[in-house]
Amino acid sequence: MIYQNIWFLLWAVLWVVYFMLDGYDIGAGIVSPFVAKTDEERLAVIRSIGPFWDGNEVWFVTAGGATFAAFPRAYAGMFSYLYTPLLLLLFTLILRGVSIEFGYTEAGTTWKRLWQRLFFVASLVLAVVFGLFFGNLFRGLPIDESGLRGGLSGLLTLSGIIASLLFVLGFGLHGALWVYVKTEGELKRRASGLARALSLPTLILTVVFFVYLFLEVSFRVNYLKIPVLFIFPFCALVPLINVQVLLKKDSPSAFRASMLFVFFLFATGFAGMYPALLPSSISPEFSFTIYNSSSSPYTLRIMTVVAVVFVPLVVFYQAWVYRVFKR
Amino acid sequence: MDKVFLSRLQFAATAMFHFIFVPLTLGLSVLVAWMETRYVRTGDRLYLQMAKFWGKLFVINFVLGVVTGLTMEFQFGMNWAGFSGFVGDIFGAPLAIEATVAFFLESTFLGLWIFGWERLSPRMHATAIWLVALASNLSALWILLANGWMQHPVGYKVIDGRAVMTDFWAVVTNTYGWLKFGHTVLAGFVVGGFFVLGVSAYHLLKDSRREFFQRSFRMAAGFSLISSILLFVVGDFHASHVAETQPAKFAAMESVWETQKAAPYYLLVLPDEKNERNAIKMIGIPKMLSFLAYHDLNAEVKGLRDIPEDERPPVLLTFLGFRGMIGLGMLFIALSALAWLVSRGWIRESSLFLKVFILSIPLPYIATQLGWVVAEVGRQPWLVYGLIRTSQGVSEAVSRGQIIASLAGFVLIYSLLAGVDLYLLCKFARKVPEEVRA
Repeated sequence: MIYQNIWFLLWAVLWVVYFMLDGYDIGAGIVSPFVAKTDEERLAVIRSIGPFWDGNEVWFVTAGGATFAAFPRAYAGMFSYLYTPLLLLLFTLILRGVSIEFGYTEAGTTWKRLWQRLFFVASLVLAVVFGLFFGNLFRGLPIDESGLRGGLSGLLTLSGIIASLLFVLGFGLHGALWVYVKTEGELKRRASGLARALSLPTLILTVVFFVYLFLEVSFRVNYLKIPVLFIFPFCALVPLINVQVLLKKDSPSAFRASMLFVFFLFATGFAGMYPALLPSSISPEFSFTIYNSSSSPYTLRIMTVVAVVFVPLVVFYQAWVYRVFKR
Repeated sequence: MDKVFLSRLQFAATAMFHFIFVPLTLGLSVLVAWMETRYVRTGDRLYLQMAKFWGKLFVINFVLGVVTGLTMEFQFGMNWAGFSGFVGDIFGAPLAIEATVAFFLESTFLGLWIFGWERLSPRMHATAIWLVALASNLSALWILLANGWMQHPVGYKVIDGRAVMTDFWAVVTNTYGWLKFGHTVLAGFVVGGFFVLGVSAYHLLKDSRREFFQRSFRMAAGFSLISSILLFVVGDFHASHVAETQPAKFAAMESVWETQKAAPYYLLVLPDEKNERNAIKMIGIPKMLSFLAYHDLNAEVKGLRDIPEDERPPVLLTFLGFRGMIGLGMLFIALSALAWLVSRGWIRESSLFLKVFILSIPLPYIATQLGWVVAEVGRQPWLVYGLIRTSQGVSEAVSRGQIIASLAGFVLIYSLLAGVDLYLLCKFARKVPEEVRA
């Protein structure tokens, strides 16, 4: 059915846009202690994401809501099987949101330092948990008829660990480039230096992650069927190479390059997962797919209309807000 | 304690905690937007200072509403997988629409508002906060349509053990949801109004920035008075709609055991659930209950004894919650009328009145929490009224131990948040706003 496919696409788009956007503010948190040395600089980092982080996070909420509306069985399965990791994610998101907002609320220095440390730690944990989550999701989770084997510890697989490392470095790079674009002076210079230092390890890890993904038979299937999809992993790697060059030229396009990197990194994963939303590594018959997990055609049709009208509108006004804060 | 009870406890704790922040967001956003509009219209910088001062408190509260709201979006799947699988075809849609239509608008334009003072024209800037206010209230609409469907399911068919949507329009125009929306939003306005009244009273008592806080007080007084009267009217319609659609809940709200025509309303009642009767029943007003329930003096009100025992909600909690809410609701009308008369100068402002308004800040919060107790405890034992029981909704895959651990985690983190919120709100509410610069 066409609507199930449309919703897989929309579902993937919501996640991809989420990581393109929230990726840089998570990254800004990860790199903040390394690029910001003075109190003023730390404040500048937080202020640079201040107007945007909350709007970015709504893409995550919407991805969650869309999973519920379009694929309720997958929503119920995914969220209850992964109870503990999701709880960790939730707690981290809560503490991080509070730390951003209260990190620049004028108050004593101890207070401010506490929130700023929390901002760093929460951002780091968030990248790690998302990595564990998506690293395993792309390759498949050990799901059988009775559910998922192992909770949080079940996610500590090689692909989960590679992905979390990659997310820490990749989001770090993305965040460093954001800080580089959005700030001035010493801070900008240090962010540029850090981004340069991060780009090569990120590139290597991305290659390792892709190779490991493609070793999984079920992941390759779509790619072997439609080889043109190989353009996704390719397009993830090219901007990473470009980041070095663009930074040398001191071009703000470097940030745009890392946007593309994040986009294609996730596109590569989702293209391999299709049509599963929660693939089972034990047997495809236990996977939650768009066919066995979706809402009725009627609901999907209504949700499609809502998405087609409102998502472009959201993109439009969010883009406008970014322009307002461009100097 | 079994899994069902623990899951309910966790949901109640996280939802009630979330709802500490929501109503203030609903009410204060409108007041701040109104203040800023007055600044744009008159050019009077005092209004600008007001928008900034109250806006700061609004933002602190808003952030906590956002982060605690994340939990709500995810725990349907985490703790209530049975429910999510059953209702996803219908319930997920308003939730996803809420995010797409309201959350984006709310969050994006609040960011613009907080950081955009120097980047936007005053008119644009005021528009931003109006969009925040609109979006906050819009998100309330969608979530209450979802909740309204759980209370009174419409536009569906059950196919293969799953509720499937057959009529989206019916879900969107569900009277239950709209009444609840009106009731909840107006309650939020009262919370916001009383918040501004109380904080202003504090400063008036200290005699700091009189003009500033007198104006704030005056705006909040009118706003609270209109909202609390409308709240009562909508509440009345809501209650009689409940009598029609959820007779068991209504019977518990009023602790009615015998089915009766031209039923009287007793001012003093104490339910005795074990013996299926009221231990105390005093000061009756003839035919009043029938009138309240159906706006008809001789209508028949269904009693709990005519409802199967396993379909009755807990009576005492529902009853006390309802009476408490009604009592407070009447008090709000009286207090805001007093505030309005004081703000007009028709009654002299005295330190006693001011202290009363400071102490009244928590009352509307308590009333909103009681309202949710009535709505949700009164819906028991159903998860979706008449369709699926609460005990059928929990997650199979989640163990009792996991829920105990997560509940402990929530209590810990939320206590921390509550402490921080209270500290920051008190700190910034007590601050004397900056003098107007020429």
